[in-house]
Amino acid sequence: MVAATLQPTPEQEVVGAPKMPRRRRRLPFSGWHFFLLPTALLFVVPFVQMVVASLSPAKELVQFPRPLLPSHLTLDGFQQLFSTTPALHWLLNSAIVALSAIVAQGILCSLAGYGFARLKFKGRNVSFFFILATIMIPTQVLMVPTYIVFARLGLLDGLGAAIVPWLAGAFGIFLMRQFFLSIPKEMEEAAALDGCSRLQIFFRVVLPLAKPALATLAIFTLLGSWNDLVWPLIAINNEANFTIQLGIANFQGTRRTQWDLLMAANVVATAPLIIFFLAAQRQFIATMTFSGVKG
Amino acid sequence: MTHHESTAVRRLADNLHGWAFIGPAMIIVVGLSIFPAVWSFILSLQKWDGFSEPKLVGTGNYARLVSDQMFWGAVRHTALYTFLFVPASVLAGLLFAVALNRKIRGIGFYRTAIFVPFVASAASTGVLATYLFSPQFGLANDMLRRLGLPPQGWLEDPTQAMLVIAIMSLWGQAAFTTVIYLAALQDVPSELTEAAKIDGAGPWQTFWRIIWPHLSPVTVFVVVWQAIGALQLFDLVYTTTRGGPLDSTKTIVYFLWEKAFRTLEFGYGSAAAYGLFLVTLTITIGIVVYSRRKNLEAF
Repeated sequence: MVAATLQPTPEQEVVGAPKMPRRRRRLPFSGWHFFLLPTALLFVVPFVQMVVASLSPAKELVQFPRPLLPSHLTLDGFQQLFSTTPALHWLLNSAIVALSAIVAQGILCSLAGYGFARLKFKGRNVSFFFILATIMIPTQVLMVPTYIVFARLGLLDGLGAAIVPWLAGAFGIFLMRQFFLSIPKEMEEAAALDGCSRLQIFFRVVLPLAKPALATLAIFTLLGSWNDLVWPLIAINNEANFTIQLGIANFQGTRRTQWDLLMAANVVATAPLIIFFLAAQRQFIATMTFSGVKG
Repeated sequence: MTHHESTAVRRLADNLHGWAFIGPAMIIVVGLSIFPAVWSFILSLQKWDGFSEPKLVGTGNYARLVSDQMFWGAVRHTALYTFLFVPASVLAGLLFAVALNRKIRGIGFYRTAIFVPFVASAASTGVLATYLFSPQFGLANDMLRRLGLPPQGWLEDPTQAMLVIAIMSLWGQAAFTTVIYLAALQDVPSELTEAAKIDGAGPWQTFWRIIWPHLSPVTVFVVVWQAIGALQLFDLVYTTTRGGPLDSTKTIVYFLWEKAFRTLEFGYGSAAAYGLFLVTLTITIGIVVYSRRKNLEAF
């Protein structure tokens, strides 16, 4: 036990030593900056590289060692992107998919969430169990049968194929149900006494209260549908109906040497989400936190 | 109308109302999740290319899976990625959350910088990975050159490709674990940490004795969550290496995607999907039971 006598345990130290304010040379700023600043810069590097490359002359991007800054800035990459590829069309497709998904999820999931939270009817608990069970099912189990069903229905290759799976989802239903359970019933009861129907109560009283939850759902759906790759990859072969993500993945095969064009495509695909993120950072973080808490 | 009848009518109306609210969403969820999940299991017992008549083969597909060298390779590659990514993302999340959980100058910038890659898609991340880690002209090799170190093959080297994929995943997803840990840190009662400080505990002791025990349920949760995601890796492989070089990044989902949608072996692909589902479920239940035994209420 020599070590024990030489090195008092922390408790002994606390009990034994008189409380002396520890003298430390204080930095004029927190020491955490030494960790956070390099980390933050490291996380920004890929985006900075992306933007710089999209504005650089293509030839300079494949030089090694590469000059730190391009000799001059050029919009060639963007111009090539929009004149020689259907990227603009793909962006529009992605916007249509994301917008349809957000609107449909907002309506269908809040309706269902309200039904599960407030209404009493036969089969409610069984249905809700099924909804929760689907959260456990991984997408790759569903890919093959969904593909076959879509093929039979003649939905493959159309933009609809990318939209339909996003119309409603277990996550959204669960999120809205939790929200509706958390708000007091009094206002709905008062509206019912005034003779409002269930649907009127839902649209006039409940839904306006649900804005924060709807914002969370919208962000979750936006991120998922805008960035989705696996399902469009399986379901859409027709280049006219590509989403921008599918287009970029496709470029890697067909235009892998045109880094200025590739990075320009990357910028236009990522910029909308980055702008949304910067504008509504708190909502995004709430969304991430909720998607964690649901387990 | 008798009292009895009116209750019956009201009940019927209640049921109709209820189903009117949940019906549309239920159709989508059942049609696109429950039904395909059941069908997928039936498919896993069949041999089918989508055109000819499906043939029942019982557990044949599963037997073939167990003896398929390519599949075991995919299992190994997936396991490698999981062991690289999960611990790294949990530790990074913990570290970043502790670092960001303070009011210092510039904290807004630090937070934004660490969080914003979360919005980057797999396709974008894949293009960025290929660019930054290009053996010919990439920034990574340029940094090594400046440090006087030899250039690496990165995504073109079978021994390094998975590491690069894990690094890029970490870049995009550190935000998630960080946010979860940040929320958990803010739930630690400040009286406890204050009391520890008054008793003379240093920051290191305060963390391990007071804060860490509060974080263990969250840790169990993020480990499970990240592991489930890691076992399903596909996107980033598709957008960087397409399973190469020399199959070194061919994961289970990449394997089953190839089987189902490249060689049109629907039954075999479905069996692989169900196999993965079972493994995921087993690991999840295992970790949950373990944490219950240890009294960590994560779920």
